[in-house]
Amino acid sequence: MGNFLTGSGWGIAVFQSLLYVALAPLLVGWLRKVKARLQNRRGPSLLQPYRDLYKLLAKEARVAHTTSPLFRAAPYIVFTATWMAAATVPLLVVDLPTAAIADIIVLVGLLALARVFLALAGMDVGTAFGGMGASREMLIGALAEPAMLMAVFTLAMTAHSTNLSSVIDHHLSDGFVLRPSYLFALGGLVLVAIAETGRIPVDNPTTHLELTMVHEAMLLEYSGRHLALMELAAQLKLLLYGTLIVNVFFPWGIGQGLSPAALGLGLAAVVVKLAVLAAALAVGETVLAKMRLFRAPAFLNLALLLSLLGLLSHVILEVGA
Amino acid sequence: MNLTLLPLLQQLLLVLAAIVLFLSFVLLAQVRLISAIHAFAWQGALVAAVTAVVAATGQVHHLYFSAALTLALKALLIPWMLHRLTRRLELERHTESLQSPALVTMGAVALVIFSYWLVLPMIHAEMTFTRNIIAISLAVVLIGLLMMVFRTQAVAQVLGFMSMENGLFLAAVSATDGMPLVVELGVAFDVLVAMVLFGVFFLQLRDSIDSLDVDRLNRLRETGGDSQ
Repeated sequence: MGNFLTGSGWGIAVFQSLLYVALAPLLVGWLRKVKARLQNRRGPSLLQPYRDLYKLLAKEARVAHTTSPLFRAAPYIVFTATWMAAATVPLLVVDLPTAAIADIIVLVGLLALARVFLALAGMDVGTAFGGMGASREMLIGALAEPAMLMAVFTLAMTAHSTNLSSVIDHHLSDGFVLRPSYLFALGGLVLVAIAETGRIPVDNPTTHLELTMVHEAMLLEYSGRHLALMELAAQLKLLLYGTLIVNVFFPWGIGQGLSPAALGLGLAAVVVKLAVLAAALAVGETVLAKMRLFRAPAFLNLALLLSLLGLLSHVILEVGA
Repeated sequence: MNLTLLPLLQQLLLVLAAIVLFLSFVLLAQVRLISAIHAFAWQGALVAAVTAVVAATGQVHHLYFSAALTLALKALLIPWMLHRLTRRLELERHTESLQSPALVTMGAVALVIFSYWLVLPMIHAEMTFTRNIIAISLAVVLIGLLMMVFRTQAVAQVLGFMSMENGLFLAAVSATDGMPLVVELGVAFDVLVAMVLFGVFFLQLRDSIDSLDVDRLNRLRETGGDSQ
């Protein structure tokens, strides 16, 4: 954290968090493109998510009569909390001034805040779908959070810190080490990420079918800029989890200084890694079918078990003797 | 011990051992028989891989032979026999519901912690890093036992028994650089003979109670003497 209070450090921190917002729709566009290709379609252009957001921002926002001010405030809170959470995850370089708040438990807390307001907004309208979506979201959230925390503790025990920057630093300075605990934590975190970002075995982001939708059900009453913010927050969350996975478990290439060369290399590395991860996710979504909602607890139990085994194998195999 | 100081092959050994433990959990919670047999086959293959890696790190040549034997028997032959048996008994689509899967899994986690606690004095006695794997193998043995207790289906119980044997083999390989070849051959054929006997036992069981659910052996039946 040597760059604390230097102007360039803060500049890059701001640049990085703006980059998060700029890249998030691109990741979704790429994911849709790969998925379309796998299904023998041409698919929309990579820039389509940007166009959708632009269109929504230009439209008038309609709000139902039955809503309270909370409904209007929720998109801003959800977006800001998710963006704050994203700003804590190192994207290009590790030693930024924001590293001081880059704590994994803060990250989990910010995401929980966003989730609570999303669920409240879903219930606020008073429609049946909103309440249903909110209750499902909270079910998934309540089961995913312990699994995520366990995975996080596994990382923290290896690096002796819950700070993301130091976890990545520690991993980088060790070089290439095969850790059974990291393997399990990676598995657990991938399952949690799939559940939390509403990807296919748990929730289908493209469906508006009453029986199956979770995330979409809460957004049904939103329109205009509110909907744009909510969509952008969801895309940001996907990018956040993707970056968390690739930069913590495969940190090679991330910049360690503030020179333009390090930044460029970091950007190139993270884009390549995210593209590969999203392609893998697209393959997984093409191969798997959506589970019934009542199978979701079993899915998240598996995530919890993996994270727990990560913790245990760290204690047994890595610190043991 | 610092993991980063170990050579890459020994780190690989730890990873393989950890995956063997994970497969024990998969076996325990898998309700489909065919998938459980596949998980068992993978566990056998991983135990064989552990044996091969120990052979490579310690330059113990006879372990290559026992790795090949393990691969042939536990990853190919026995799963194939079980597969054929389930097909013959028409159990391919059979699913068995555990009463409370989450509770059983947590019990298995408790067993892992317990076996670590048992092995702790040995680890403190400053021995080689492979001693850590003893905790894992003990846990695999205990989880196999738990599986035999909680599963009521005879084929699943046999899988539990066989995975216990996997755990014992893992312990032998990691702690002592393998048993003498004669002992290993004896154990391997023991397992094979046990498998053949289990096959006969399944058929008999099905003939007499029309099911492989061993809980039904506890019930009294009136029909003592009617021969078919």
